[in-house]
Amino acid sequence: MEKNTLFDKIWDSHVVRSVPNGPDVFFIDKHFIHEVTSPVAFLNLEKRGIGVLHPDRTVGTPDHNVPTVDQDKTIKDKLSRMQVERLRENCKKYDIELHDLGSDHHGIVHVIGPELGITQPGMTIVCGDSHTSTHGAFGAIAFGIGTSEVEMVLATQCIMQTKAKKMRITVDGELGGGVTSKDIILYIIAKISAAGATGYFVEYAGMAIRRLSMEARMTICNMSIEMGARGGLIAPDETTFAYLKGKQYAPKGEAWDQAVAYWKTLKTDEEAVFDKEYTFDAADIEPMITYGTNPGMGIKIKGNIPTTEGMEGSNKISYLKSLEYMGFAPGEPIKGKKVDYVFVGSCTNGRIEDIRSVAAFVKGKQKAANITAWIVPGSREVEKMAHEEGLVKILEDAGFELRQPGCSACLAMNDDKIPSGKYAVSTSNRNFEGRQGPGARTLLASPLTVAAVAVTGEIADPREVF
Amino acid sequence: MAYDKFNILTSTIVPLPAENVDTDQIIPARFLKATEREGFGDNLFRDWRYDVEGNPKKDFVLNDPTYSGKILLSGKNFGSGSSREHAVWAIYDYGFRAVVSSFFADIFKNNCLNIGVLPVTISAEFAEVLFKSVEADPKTEVEIDIDKQKITLLNTGASESFDINSYKKENMKNGFDDIDYLLNIKEEIAAFAENR
Repeated sequence: MEKNTLFDKIWDSHVVRSVPNGPDVFFIDKHFIHEVTSPVAFLNLEKRGIGVLHPDRTVGTPDHNVPTVDQDKTIKDKLSRMQVERLRENCKKYDIELHDLGSDHHGIVHVIGPELGITQPGMTIVCGDSHTSTHGAFGAIAFGIGTSEVEMVLATQCIMQTKAKKMRITVDGELGGGVTSKDIILYIIAKISAAGATGYFVEYAGMAIRRLSMEARMTICNMSIEMGARGGLIAPDETTFAYLKGKQYAPKGEAWDQAVAYWKTLKTDEEAVFDKEYTFDAADIEPMITYGTNPGMGIKIKGNIPTTEGMEGSNKISYLKSLEYMGFAPGEPIKGKKVDYVFVGSCTNGRIEDIRSVAAFVKGKQKAANITAWIVPGSREVEKMAHEEGLVKILEDAGFELRQPGCSACLAMNDDKIPSGKYAVSTSNRNFEGRQGPGARTLLASPLTVAAVAVTGEIADPREVF
Repeated sequence: MAYDKFNILTSTIVPLPAENVDTDQIIPARFLKATEREGFGDNLFRDWRYDVEGNPKKDFVLNDPTYSGKILLSGKNFGSGSSREHAVWAIYDYGFRAVVSSFFADIFKNNCLNIGVLPVTISAEFAEVLFKSVEADPKTEVEIDIDKQKITLLNTGASESFDINSYKKENMKNGFDDIDYLLNIKEEIAAFAENR
C-alpha cells in the first residue's frame, strides 16, 4: 500500500540528489521571471561567465513595476524603464520567451502561466516572487525564491532546497451564498495566523475545495504564503483537466491522453500521514475582511475588531501599533467604516471570474461618491474577455476606472498608490504597512465584498447590499 | 556570488522588538527598482526610519546612536511576506552580518544563507534575555560561533545552541554559495534532465 502525499510524489521525483545533512538538489520544470527580481541574477551569470542552461524552461514577463496607463508609450519612470529594458535584453540574449508589454499574452506572471497552459499538474515551478504558490492550484509544487536562486535556476535548472513538512487543510461542507474562495483563505489564515504554516507545504482538500473553479483554487493557493507556507497545492481533477484542455501550451492529441493518465495519479494516498492537519467547516465561513497589518488579522465583516484581552508583552504592543496604523480601536465593529479606494486586481483576484463577479454586482448601480474605484485586469487576455463580455461597459457606467494589466496597486511600485492615511479595500494579498503606498491603509477582501464597498462607500457585507 | 567568510562574530546588538516584521518594512517595494545590487542599505526600514520628507524619525532604533553593531535582534516571525532578496541585501549593505530571532519566515531565511547573513533562531526565552540585556546595557556584546553553533551573551556567559545544517554551515564558513556546488555536479543534473 502506497503511503505518499501528493507533495511527496512530486517532490521526490524531482530530487537529483540529496546532500548528506543538507538540502536536496531540486530540479525545476518551469521558471518564470519578471523585471524586478531577475536583473541581478543575470548580472551575476555574466560575472561568472556562464549562460542559461535550459532557456526553454524559463518564461518572462514584465509585471511588477509597469504603468497601467499608456503601455504603448515609453515608460516615464527611468528606473522602471531600465528594469523592463534589462528584462528584454536578457531574454533576447539568452533566447528566453518573453511576453512583453502590449503583446497578446502580457500580464501578471501568475495569471499568464495558467492562462497559457504553461502551468501543469506534477510540475515544479519557481519564480522570484512569493505568490508563485498560485500555480499549486494545478497540483504542482510551486513556490517563490530569492534572486540568488533565480541565478541557480538559470545556470543549472536546479536549486538547493530542504523538503518542507506537510500540512493538510480540509474544508468540508457547503459554502453559503456570497462567500467566495477569498473568504475561505482569509478565514484559514485568521484561524492559524500569518506564521501558522511556516515550514510547511500545504495541501488543500475537502468538498468545499473540490467544488471550486480553477480560478477560485488559484486564489486560495496564492495566499498560502500569507500564513508562512512555502506553497499550497490542490490535487488535479476533472476541473483541472477541463481548464487546461486546448490551452496554447497544454499537450495535444495522444500526448494529452498520456498526460491526463499521469495527472490522475497525482493525489495523496489514503494511508498517507501529514505532519499537521486542520479541518474546517465551510458553513462556518462568512465574508471576511482584514483590519490590521498582516493577513492573519482578519474577521467576519459583521464581527468586531478583537480586544487586547489575553495579550501581553511585545504581542500586545505589536497589536496596538498595528491598530494605530490602521486608525482603528480594539473592540469596535468594522462594518460601516468609511472607505476611500477600492482596488480589484492582482495575482490573487485579477482574473476574469473576479471581474465578472464585480460587474454582476455593480450592474445598474453607481459607485459611492467618496470612492475611487480601480479595476486592473491580471492580463491582456482577461482585459480582452472583459471587453468582449461587456463587463468593461458595466463597470465604467458604474464609475470604475479600468486600467491596463500589471501588479499595480497591490504593491504600488508604479504610480498606482493609495495616498497616505486613506483606506483601500483591496482584492490583493497583503495589508502590510505601506504596501499600497507610504501610509496607505489596506483592508483585504473578496471581489464581491469590494463591489459592495464600492457601491455603499463603506465597509459592507455583500449579502446585505442589493 | 561569493561572500565574506563567517566564523566567529562578536558584536553589540541592535534591538528591534517588533513582531511579524515583513520584507515590505525591511525594504519597501518602491526601492526595488535597481538593476544592480548596490546601495540598498540606505533604504533599510525606510518608512520606519524616515518620515515622508526624508527626515530621520528619532524614536526608531537605527536612528538612535545608543545602539549599533553587526547583529540585528528582532521579534518573532521576522522576514515574512515577499520573497525579495533585496531585503537581505539591505540588511547586509547596512552592515549587519547576523539576524537573531525566535522565529524566521522560510524564504527570508534561505535568502540570508544564500548571501552570507547568518539567521540565528533562538528560543523565545533567550530572545527575552537578550532584549533585556541590551535594554539594560546597550554595550552588551554577543558572540556567535558558527562552528560550535552557539550564541553567547558575553557579560553573563548565558548561551544557547542553534541549528544549521552542515552543508550550509560549511558554505558560510568558506564563503561558498550554492551555485559553486551545483556547477560541480553539472553532468549529474544533465543526466537527470535528459530523463525528464
